[in-house]
Amino acid sequence: MRRSTTTRMVAIAAATLLLTITGCSASATSEPTAACQNEIPNKKAPSVEVWAFYPNFDQVVDEFNATHDDVQVCWVMAGAGADEYNKLNVAFESGTGAPDVAQLEFDQLPNFIIRDTLVDLSEFGANDVKDDYTAGAWSSVSSDSSVYAIPVDSGPMGMFYRQDILDAAAIPVPQTWAEFATAAQQLKDSGSAALFTDWYTNFGYFTHAILSQGGWQPFDYDLSNPETIGVDIDSAEGRAVLKYWFDLIDAGLIDTEDRGTTDYQSKLVNGGYATYIAAAWGQKNLLGVESNDPTAVWRIAPLPQWDIDQPVAANHGGGGLAVTEQADDPELAAKVAMELFGTKEAWDIGIDQVKLFPTWTPVLESDAFLDSTQEFFGDETANRDIWYPAAMDFTGTTFSPVQSYVYDAMRSELVAALEGTITSDEILANVQTNVVAQLEEQGFTVK
Amino acid sequence: MVIQNIAAPTPVATRRRRAGRQRRGWIGWILTAPFGAVFIAFLVVPLGYALWMSLRTNSLIGGDRWVGGDNYLKAVQDPLFLKGVVLVIGFTLVLVPIQMLVSLSAALVLDSLTSRFAKVSRLIIFVPYAVPAVIGALMWGFLYSPNFGPLKDLFSLFGADAPDLLSSGNVFGALVNIVTWQWAGYYMIIIYAALKGIDPTVYEAAKLDGASAWQIALRIKVPMVSSALVLILVFAIIGTLQFFTEPQTLRPIAGGSIDAAYTPNMYAYSTAFSYGQFNYALAISFVLGAVVFIGSAIFMTATRKRSGITE
Repeated sequence: MRRSTTTRMVAIAAATLLLTITGCSASATSEPTAACQNEIPNKKAPSVEVWAFYPNFDQVVDEFNATHDDVQVCWVMAGAGADEYNKLNVAFESGTGAPDVAQLEFDQLPNFIIRDTLVDLSEFGANDVKDDYTAGAWSSVSSDSSVYAIPVDSGPMGMFYRQDILDAAAIPVPQTWAEFATAAQQLKDSGSAALFTDWYTNFGYFTHAILSQGGWQPFDYDLSNPETIGVDIDSAEGRAVLKYWFDLIDAGLIDTEDRGTTDYQSKLVNGGYATYIAAAWGQKNLLGVESNDPTAVWRIAPLPQWDIDQPVAANHGGGGLAVTEQADDPELAAKVAMELFGTKEAWDIGIDQVKLFPTWTPVLESDAFLDSTQEFFGDETANRDIWYPAAMDFTGTTFSPVQSYVYDAMRSELVAALEGTITSDEILANVQTNVVAQLEEQGFTVK
Repeated sequence: MVIQNIAAPTPVATRRRRAGRQRRGWIGWILTAPFGAVFIAFLVVPLGYALWMSLRTNSLIGGDRWVGGDNYLKAVQDPLFLKGVVLVIGFTLVLVPIQMLVSLSAALVLDSLTSRFAKVSRLIIFVPYAVPAVIGALMWGFLYSPNFGPLKDLFSLFGADAPDLLSSGNVFGALVNIVTWQWAGYYMIIIYAALKGIDPTVYEAAKLDGASAWQIALRIKVPMVSSALVLILVFAIIGTLQFFTEPQTLRPIAGGSIDAAYTPNMYAYSTAFSYGQFNYALAISFVLGAVVFIGSAIFMTATRKRSGITE
């Protein structure tokens, strides 16, 4: 009896040991980063780890790997948006684990730059490609002659609208915000089930873009003088824009559903909203959606303006590829950053599959791009007429180095105003108080 | 132990006995060494490092430097942190009695049933505990959804409007519901096991004295499982004061009712990973740990007679 127990125990111990050894050796013989999302064809070339969350990005990576013998890209999907930035924060804090190249949106760049976590790409020839990118995009990634990311895409804003819903209520497409408000009221009066649009508060970048279009300039920050920042969040322009939107909300003309929830998505494609204010990449929420109402007729119009004689372009989203200071070979990583989206072939995939709006002017200004149309949007030349002018007119936004905090503070106050705890006039004042306190605590001198 | 022979033991026997005792002592250390190594490497060392980090700060301008207790002073005065602490304390005061009631009633009922139905019911009540917390929260998130959940249809049967269970006023109750659903089965099993350990002759004696089933349950069963009750109450208090998973999972779909600092643990998470302020987040975590420690200590002192821990 005792012998069989001992034998059994020895057998179990041996099996466990065997499993552990095989587990260890399996990882030892695999490629440098076993966590690559893609299959690297040329295993002898040095590999560069890229963190990006572009949809269908694997096709762009495969295209790059097929055309480059000297370096290969290992793509790791580290989460989308804030999830990736959180992981980057941890990697930078602990000193290890960051990728060689990371996708960063424009609003996050100042925060990563002043923590000295991004490599200045100007020493690797980034300024040579400056003319290949739009002015607005380049100003968002650079400071004087220092370049911290290679722009990839941008988010010129426009207005998608349901032609059939507007026609049914005999409403003309609004060109100014004043007309927008009138149209919203008309839609409600006509008894339509749809609300005029959805004004969401859970994506700070969107709120930032909408307010900036109205002349709001919350931050005066220059990376050449990083310790000082000017804060003017609670400005008359900002308050005016917020008042406009809250008047529409109070009149019950628009919805405030959070973007990205299943409720929002179903309302969007099933006639819940007559218009959809979004950047060019926002069309991916409309195209190819399974539950799409087949009778829906979507068209595109320019973003409404405050003053039709002085149009202001707005930008929501977009970003670039930055090289982190933990990169093993910064020069190689810089090369990857510049060339991943630096060819026509890559952009063919980028536009068709990833649905990005390019900042690379050889493609952006090509006739093929400008004259391309989509049947879904009625075969209109939206690129030439709407998106391209908006992208070229955009001059850049100044973001603070604590943008995540600003977004959270803004969201809290907006939600409080939506619930009626505070008035819309108090929103920006509260945000200003919180943000200034945070900045001062982080050691900034606030002007 | 009766000592038969008080004669002095021989030196050889003493040496052997002492050596035996030393060997037994050594074996104890060797057997606990693996656990000790893991404990020190994964608990003590990280805690020490965390404490050291919480006494420093690493601001955007100014860099990494020593600040002593400044982070702690800031944490105890931070309105967002204090709001979170008030919330989890309120949550504990509401949730724990409800959980106890539900699990105790279920255990008592199941204890008095002897049919096969009892076994199936035990399994059904316990199954929610087997569902991972995140999945459970996501499931309930869909059930609460105005468009996709069943509430709209249910309420329209009565011609009424369904309440938005994820709005600011209702989200507290919604979270209480999810946690009770998840944990009641687990506590029920513990109480049930304690009930099964009661000598049945006690019930016979009670019945002879004329006690009704109700009186047996309240006057005999409950006091006799009070030590198990105190045990699970301590677990519940410690777990609820650190509430994190369900609100964090529901935050994207709750439409703003749950913000980044809803509970202290969520605040520590946001401060560390969203804003990159790891030192302050560690100070918050330690202060929260102190709150949990004080809460459990108060509770255990108050119930020391019932818990069976007399020392």
